[in-house]
Amino acid sequence: MNENNSLLVRLKDCGVQKSSKWIVKGISLEIHKGKIVTLIGPNGSGKTTTAKMALNILKSNEGSIENYSTKMAYVPQKISIDWTMPLRVIDFMNLTSHINKGEIIEALELTGVQHLIYNEIHNLSGGEFQRVLIARAIAKKPDLLVLDEPVQGVDFNGEIALYNLIKEICTKFNCGILLISHDLHFVMSATDHVICLNGHICCSGSPKSIVKNSSYIELFGEHNAATLSLYQHEHDHSHQTDGSVKN
Amino acid sequence: MFDDFFIRALVAGVGIAIVAGPLGCLVIWRRLSYFGDTLSHSALLGVTLAYSFSLNIAFSVFVISAVVALLLVSLQKRTKLAGDSLLGLLAHSTLAIGLVLIGFLSYIRFDLMGLLFGDILAVTTADIGLVWIGGSIILIILYFIWKSLFSATVNYDLSAAEGMRPEVSNFIFTLLLAGVIALSIKMIGALLITGLLLIPAAIARNISNSPRQMIVIAILSGILSVVVGLFASLEINTSSGPSIIVVALILFIISLVPLEIKGQLQKR
Repeated sequence: MNENNSLLVRLKDCGVQKSSKWIVKGISLEIHKGKIVTLIGPNGSGKTTTAKMALNILKSNEGSIENYSTKMAYVPQKISIDWTMPLRVIDFMNLTSHINKGEIIEALELTGVQHLIYNEIHNLSGGEFQRVLIARAIAKKPDLLVLDEPVQGVDFNGEIALYNLIKEICTKFNCGILLISHDLHFVMSATDHVICLNGHICCSGSPKSIVKNSSYIELFGEHNAATLSLYQHEHDHSHQTDGSVKN
Repeated sequence: MFDDFFIRALVAGVGIAIVAGPLGCLVIWRRLSYFGDTLSHSALLGVTLAYSFSLNIAFSVFVISAVVALLLVSLQKRTKLAGDSLLGLLAHSTLAIGLVLIGFLSYIRFDLMGLLFGDILAVTTADIGLVWIGGSIILIILYFIWKSLFSATVNYDLSAAEGMRPEVSNFIFTLLLAGVIALSIKMIGALLITGLLLIPAAIARNISNSPRQMIVIAILSGILSVVVGLFASLEINTSSGPSIIVVALILFIISLVPLEIKGQLQKR
């Protein structure tokens, strides 16, 4: 019963087919309130497609999707706003629902860009825009938050702060989060459930269990997998942002 | 000192400018200017059909524009041609069919110039009613689908994910565009309708920094173009459509001045 109450989205054997080619197939996953589910995998492995199924943007060509979320917020991977439109940050924050100014400022403060509220979107840098995107999603106070590589282009310190913020939002609003990320260190240290994709689900489970999985090692290479399991081990007695980053 | 026909044209023209403002902004933001062009070219076919079967011109133009818009969507799914090629195909073939049909209808005296470039003498009291009632309906519908339409203009996926149902509002928007073309064909003419949609919005883009401001300025510059253009049309006896568009162009050139000054200041 408790399990069912917290359920936001359930994908059962879902897949997307485009001109007779399956982009992803056999995807099953569940997103629950207060939990972070992460999708990892190489380029073209269907991470964004899977996220779009969970968001009801793409229809699944097989299986079933149950969606119990009442308010979804989305941080897309790539978004380019046409320069023909004069759009300020404050207009963008109000895009899909009306949010009062106090809450807008509050959300922008969380991601550190409150000073940009009246700037035109076109004049923001990539990292600043990414922060605005995250702030907009947070300001909606969603019960399901889908983040597709949310910290791309953000500086190193900002990246850590934003990941911490995402984790904090998850517990504060008790919302479910579906995260696509290439930052394996964060994925392994802060998420509840990891799904490793490559056109299908290679393996999934808790971060601890997944780094030992052979298909994971195959996908990410032995060296990477080894450093990560090492990291996982270190993490047991040190802080997550201690800088033991390979690259 | 004004003749009745002139007052009628003025009242109808201002109504059209008010509706064209927000729709024109959307056309610019969505890069649909060629789509608008296609719809207006097909409007000529709508007019000839209206004459052949003695239908209401606005109604017939609206139906043809809507059919062309739907055809475009289905062709896009079926063929491997790019959107602009399909638009060109539809624009010129509907224009051609319209002109061929006019040839067949030789027993009716046609004012071809009037159809292509607008004729203020043709505006009747009934047309005023049509423009203002039809225009109000378009604006009311636009008001209700605005949030969805606007968010989908910024980013379709984001709008869809957050429950805005952009596919519905996109479809309605196409019909609204067909509607405004139907309303303005008598006044502006088939070839120049897109100009009244685009140029006021382009003027507004030059001097505004928020979406709302852009819409207001587009409406105001549209009204100014219509009023000044109609006066000029009366004074120097030119077609109403081209006169209005030329005035809009002059306003556009003036709107570039603040941009230039800003650019010069930034260089220093």
